Amino acid sequence: MIEEKFDAIVIGAGMSGNAAAYTMASRGMKVLQLERGEYPGSKNVQGAIMYADMLEKIIPDFREDAPLERHLVEQRFWMLDDTSHTGMHYRSDDFNEAKPNRYTIIRAQFDKWFSRKVREAGATVLCETTVTELAHDTRGQVIGVRTDRAGGVIFADVVVLAEGVNGLLGTRAGLREMPRPEAVALAVKEMHFLPEEVIGERFGLKGNEGCVIEAAGTISRGMTGLAFLYTNKESISLGIGCLVSDFASTMESPYALLDAFKNHPSVRPFIAGSEVKEYAAHLIPEGGYKAIPQLFGDGWVVVGDAAQLNNAVHREGSNLAMTSGRIAGEAIFQVKSRRDPMTKNNLALYKTMLDKSFVIKDLMKYKDMPALLHTNSRNFFMTYPQLMSQAAQNFMRVDGRPKIEKEKATTSAFIKARSRWGLVSDAVRLAFAWR
Amino acid sequence: MTIAVAELRVEDKLFQNRYLVDAGRPHIKVRPHEKPSPNLIALTRVCPAKCYELNDKGQVEITADGCMECGTCRVLCEASGEIEWNYPRGGFGVLFKFG
Repeated sequence: MIEEKFDAIVIGAGMSGNAAAYTMASRGMKVLQLERGEYPGSKNVQGAIMYADMLEKIIPDFREDAPLERHLVEQRFWMLDDTSHTGMHYRSDDFNEAKPNRYTIIRAQFDKWFSRKVREAGATVLCETTVTELAHDTRGQVIGVRTDRAGGVIFADVVVLAEGVNGLLGTRAGLREMPRPEAVALAVKEMHFLPEEVIGERFGLKGNEGCVIEAAGTISRGMTGLAFLYTNKESISLGIGCLVSDFASTMESPYALLDAFKNHPSVRPFIAGSEVKEYAAHLIPEGGYKAIPQLFGDGWVVVGDAAQLNNAVHREGSNLAMTSGRIAGEAIFQVKSRRDPMTKNNLALYKTMLDKSFVIKDLMKYKDMPALLHTNSRNFFMTYPQLMSQAAQNFMRVDGRPKIEKEKATTSAFIKARSRWGLVSDAVRLAFAWR
Repeated sequence: MTIAVAELRVEDKLFQNRYLVDAGRPHIKVRPHEKPSPNLIALTRVCPAKCYELNDKGQVEITADGCMECGTCRVLCEASGEIEWNYPRGGFGVLFKFG
């Protein structure tokens, strides 16, 4: 199929693959990018929020033509029980800045745009091509890939595995383990379409302003999970995700959770009258720092979701993906510039550079969080949201009962549900995992 | 209070999606088995496209046409050898319009 040898092959045209391919191609490297979808983005699913800083480091003037939906001026966090939400809103006009910090995007459209930039930078992008295996030489060095198209090995000095959370190639080649069920969340999402001005009215937004609602509580039925509502220009991305291990033990159906979330009295008014145009499912890496696999070897590096680079606490996935892709591209370019071979020793530069970046520092900060939330999911996602709701209702409702009596009832409800020791221990463990 | 949810058909949800089915070449297979493991049974509930179903002999079967290629079944059942998982050939499978 393709006779020539490339400097680098990038597998996948998601955020990390595009960032890596762009970084290398724009520095004059000969790059081939392979994507199994019909077009870049056709296999990619995200919430989706895109952080400007990380893209700006790759394409500084992206605001001129990237398909951005709304820039976020407001964030709401909700703790849900079956009929209520207790929440926090943060809204600031500071976010209405010349160069906004966060945007909602629609991945199929965004990825097409990003891929166009990759091609403009000089990379060859080949879609509808599934890579079936990595090719090695007798010493174990990765020297290229085989695909499901006719023809033999396509050769390259280095292969960038940007194959996503469910990457088969790296696991089959024994470069990393498959994600454990407790280290990945299954998220399902629907796209609800509404006129632009209706979304503006319902969320209190002007023009391109956007709002994000993230919700946890009884909606995940005791599982470790999070639901979300993101405003796009003419649609709302609405979804829920929980750990795969929790789904397997509870036997809950993800689409039943999604429909219950849509029907929650706090959510229903936002999507009333909407037209649903797509239903998607995707895994999200949740294992954090402790789940990061070996990131480089002889003739290969792994980036993005395939490397479990996702900050679940801050829900930062695509920016870690973009950043790891960019850093991998820069590291490979440095090795190539020195005319050094793409060996494990030389590609260790990628890890060194990544360790110095916010990517690994942030994941290190929250290294104990996944285990804490996983082992305490019933308390954090069932007990506390219910207690919070009762407490708030006790406080708000005026019914002739003396306030001191109500306060005592609230306190004793917390102690009854979790015991004094349990409350203190939850607080301490949460504080330590957060630190 | 429980929330009343209308009779739910995941088929109606999948109907919104665009697929290019590689007819006769399913990308996921369930290996023949006598008694399915708990994880394999869980897939009949957990698979977001409801691809897995129990047949009348109590074995799990798959119809991969509506698959969204999320990988949940692979994470739960590939290691035990109960299923065989591959991506569809290039261009085939689900094609997200929004993603």
